Amino acid sequence: MLSGLYNYWIAILLMAIGFYIVIAHNNLFTKMIGLNIFQTSIFILFISMGKVDGGTAPILSDAYTVYSNPLPHVLILTAIVVSVATTAVGLALIVNINRRYKTLDEHEIEQQELDQE
Amino acid sequence: MTHHLAILQVVLPLIAAPICSLINHGKACWLFATTVAWLVFAMSLTLFLDVQTGGSIRYEIGGWQPPWGIEYHIDALAAFVLLLVSAMAAITLSAFQRSIAIEIPKHKQGLFYTAFLLCLTGLLGIVATGDAFNIFVFLEISSLSAYALIALGRDRRALTASFEYLIMGTIGATFILIGIGLLYMQTGTLNIADLQARIPEISHLHSVHAAFAFFTIGIFLKLALFPLHHWLPGAYAYAPSAVSTFLAATATKVALYLLYRVFYTVFGFEFSFEVLQLHYILMPLSILAIIISSLNAIFQQDVKKMLAYSSLGQIGYMTLGISLLSDVGLVASILHLFNHAFIKGALFMTMACFLFRTPSMRLDDLNGAGRTMPWVGMAFVLGGLGLIGIPLTSGFISKWFLVSAVIEQGHWWLVAIIVFSSLLALIYVWRVVEHLFFREPSAALAANKQPIGALLPFTWIVLLSTLYFGINSDFPVQAAKAAAKALQ
Amino acid sequence: MMLANSLYLNFAIPVIGACLIALLHQHRRAFELVFIGTAAALLWNTLRLFDLGQAAYFTNISPFSLIDSIPLAFHLEPLGLLFSGIASSLFLVTTLYAIGYMNANNEKHLARFYFCFCIAIFAVMGIAFAANLLTLFIFYEILSFSTYPLVTHKGNEAARNGGRAYLGLLLSTSIGFFLIAILWVWGSTGELDFVRDGFLQEQMPKEALIVLYTLFAFGVGKAGLMPFHRWLPSAMVAPTPVSALLHAVAVVKAGVFCVLKITVYVFGIDLLSSSGASTLIIWVATATMLLASLVALTQDNLKARLAYSTVSQLSYIVLGAALATASSIAGASMHMATHAVGKITLFFCAGAIYTAAKKTKVSELDGLAKAMPITFIAYTIAALSIIGLPPMAGSWSKWFLLDGALQAEYFWVAIAFIISTLLNMAYLLPVVARGFFAPAKDTISGIQEAPWMCLLPLSITAISCFVLFFLLQELHLFLQPLFN
Repeated sequence: MLSGLYNYWIAILLMAIGFYIVIAHNNLFTKMIGLNIFQTSIFILFISMGKVDGGTAPILSDAYTVYSNPLPHVLILTAIVVSVATTAVGLALIVNINRRYKTLDEHEIEQQELDQE
Repeated sequence: MTHHLAILQVVLPLIAAPICSLINHGKACWLFATTVAWLVFAMSLTLFLDVQTGGSIRYEIGGWQPPWGIEYHIDALAAFVLLLVSAMAAITLSAFQRSIAIEIPKHKQGLFYTAFLLCLTGLLGIVATGDAFNIFVFLEISSLSAYALIALGRDRRALTASFEYLIMGTIGATFILIGIGLLYMQTGTLNIADLQARIPEISHLHSVHAAFAFFTIGIFLKLALFPLHHWLPGAYAYAPSAVSTFLAATATKVALYLLYRVFYTVFGFEFSFEVLQLHYILMPLSILAIIISSLNAIFQQDVKKMLAYSSLGQIGYMTLGISLLSDVGLVASILHLFNHAFIKGALFMTMACFLFRTPSMRLDDLNGAGRTMPWVGMAFVLGGLGLIGIPLTSGFISKWFLVSAVIEQGHWWLVAIIVFSSLLALIYVWRVVEHLFFREPSAALAANKQPIGALLPFTWIVLLSTLYFGINSDFPVQAAKAAAKALQ
Repeated sequence: MMLANSLYLNFAIPVIGACLIALLHQHRRAFELVFIGTAAALLWNTLRLFDLGQAAYFTNISPFSLIDSIPLAFHLEPLGLLFSGIASSLFLVTTLYAIGYMNANNEKHLARFYFCFCIAIFAVMGIAFAANLLTLFIFYEILSFSTYPLVTHKGNEAARNGGRAYLGLLLSTSIGFFLIAILWVWGSTGELDFVRDGFLQEQMPKEALIVLYTLFAFGVGKAGLMPFHRWLPSAMVAPTPVSALLHAVAVVKAGVFCVLKITVYVFGIDLLSSSGASTLIIWVATATMLLASLVALTQDNLKARLAYSTVSQLSYIVLGAALATASSIAGASMHMATHAVGKITLFFCAGAIYTAAKKTKVSELDGLAKAMPITFIAYTIAALSIIGLPPMAGSWSKWFLLDGALQAEYFWVAIAFIISTLLNMAYLLPVVARGFFAPAKDTISGIQEAPWMCLLPLSITAISCFVLFFLLQELHLFLQPLFN
């Protein structure tokens, strides 16, 4: 079971690592990185599930009869774009937060906001 | 021509968005965006009437046959929600021109309208599409533009609120993506109708159960159902007024639509509620959402935050209707989706009116604002009555259906909870009313005579529509019933 | 057609009056005239409705449907006509009084005041003619909200707190009990229309009926059953015309009217007496009647004393409804009329005393009758009516209530009625005694009678207490359709 489904285990491991980083770390920038790892793990999950044993890319030729599923690749291309856009927005927010709060630590920001109340 | 409306409705704002960023001039962008929004509303209305008379519409993009091609499926529920979203977008854009011109820095106004149009695209796309991955794409389009829109608020807390929304929203969307992936893995299809057909025979598989779980969490995050609600109060409170209004009226409603679609259509009623018994999770969370959010609302100093917590409670009502597993409950839920959008939209619009003259939305800054701005004050009172559920407001109609549904099942303790929450709503609304009308306005407020402009009549239009639907509830009730029927 | 038009006119008149007042809000004399004119027009139209006679009873008129299949519907029937008659005639009298009082005391925001007054009367008309429970509930809530600005008119902190108690209690009971009872009825029977002999057949088990009746009785918070009576004394922060019309007549009478209407047309007299569903309420009402009278004894503030007296008198009517015999229902309906006329006189007098002498406490009234004879004579007549001494109107209604209690074999209740009458004497007559017989304190020199616009109304209502005595036989005949 472990050997045949190792791709899923890797995906789950990365998912957990990414998710943990998002939750446990205080630095906003680190959270973004965690989020990226989390999203990347999903990409691995999707793409690896599309692989067919002995399959190639879909090439129209008599030599190649077994294709790996190209659809997950297509989906993940979209998802990667989404992830990049999310990272861009997130980083833009971080730059502005840093400018306005002079820190990127979650707890310090919370404290500043409480003082502002 | 009308055959293409299903896709045109989504594509129009999508194309309009980059054009808007090229125009890049505050007033011109506003004019352009508003025109687009009203065109979209006209299209939604046509689609709604078509679906009412002719049944659901299926549109194949590019002529490719489903399930290989992507199809757009507009049934009674989708048409109803599309109408709601486009109406709110059109009204918001029309009403908030001066407010946006004041609140958003000049060089960003063009980008504001761009992001708004993209958000509208995303929301419409989620509702119109019949393809699971398409849902994810549009979900992210709407979310990303929403993050950007929220971050344009003047208060620096808008940035952190947007960031928190980004983190939680991305996790939610990614969970939905995992769910889609797992389902694709087991069925080989992304088309919703096809999934609906194929899932029953594989519903025993663990991966399908896992997909269900991921969908649940992802949707609950987007829906801001307790306990995954923490992003919402900050996002609604610190965003620019136009954004608060639009998001409060549409974002969570579309997430609720997604819930209906996934649990009733994709997975099916038997699997979701009889096999996996989702209502055992949904009902307690709804009750907690209702009680805890209403209690939280009472203690807020910022009125927009109070309205945000109130929204969390109202979302609890909608999910409570679903968890009753009855026809009446589902109708109550869909009806409240519609009614609450208008009530909350109207309330946020009244707050925006106040913001023209008061320095902030804190209760102390609003002292006496009802006396110096009587029309706006009255608008708040009437909107608040809708939240409490007083007869002659649309909120009463939804509450009537919801409590009827609960009594039908004999859950008298639940009736007591709903009554209790209505009284909590009375408290938090009346708190604001007392500050508005029973305190002396500050000298600055009394002297401020800045005109409110177009926002006031539009606020009253939205408000009067809630009163109209409270008196003549035929349209929302019939539409909600048709939508519920389409889901069964 | 004629019925529908006449009926809708009764709604249109107060609304048009309110709109005119709003439009004319800069011109005081103008909107005061409109206010009086509205009341006169309303009375005239209400009398026309009486003329339509028995043939017009129980025909449902429905302009449109509200929720699904439930229409907004109205009909004419004896109780409703009685209530609307009381409300519209006393409204006219109160318009004069209100104008006199508000001007003499230099009150502000008059246009807003008269506007809300008209909307409140509109709500009263809606309650009077409601043909189903939902319509009744809607207008009941409109009444709560339209009277809130009246209660909190002064806008100060006391007004705000009074308003909180007022709205808080009324809405808690209406949403918490009344609405739930209505939805329960809707859920189990699928009916909400008021029907001649009630429509709740034996299909509901006895325990359910008891709970349902209790929910309705407490749900109608305006009927002032303890422990939900507190809004009444809190509402006394309002200017006296508000206390007079609304809290002696319109709001509280709307409450007991709702209880009567639900008793007769939802439950039915026979069902109630046979199932004993109202037993709990009989005891609650009896307790309220006695306790409120006892509290009234302790109140030195005249308006507060009258407020608790109202709570007590309302329980007479609720008791009459709950006892569910022909006599008790007739007595309760009559008591609506006699108490209204009597209490409004008492409040008018209290307001006149405040306006003329700036006195609010019973202990300050020594010897005041010499300076304000008309006011005190009117007070005496009204007090005798409330106590129930012939030849004042109140004696008839008390007699029927007593008879009803004996018929229903609730002897303890009959005794409670008698004790309560003694208590009425104890808390109402001291004012008379002090005013006429106590030596005046020196602070009364220079005090004159109240302005004529206050005196005229209170004289009219005082004389009505006497005149009504002779008309009550006709009223009893008028109410016969309730029992056949």
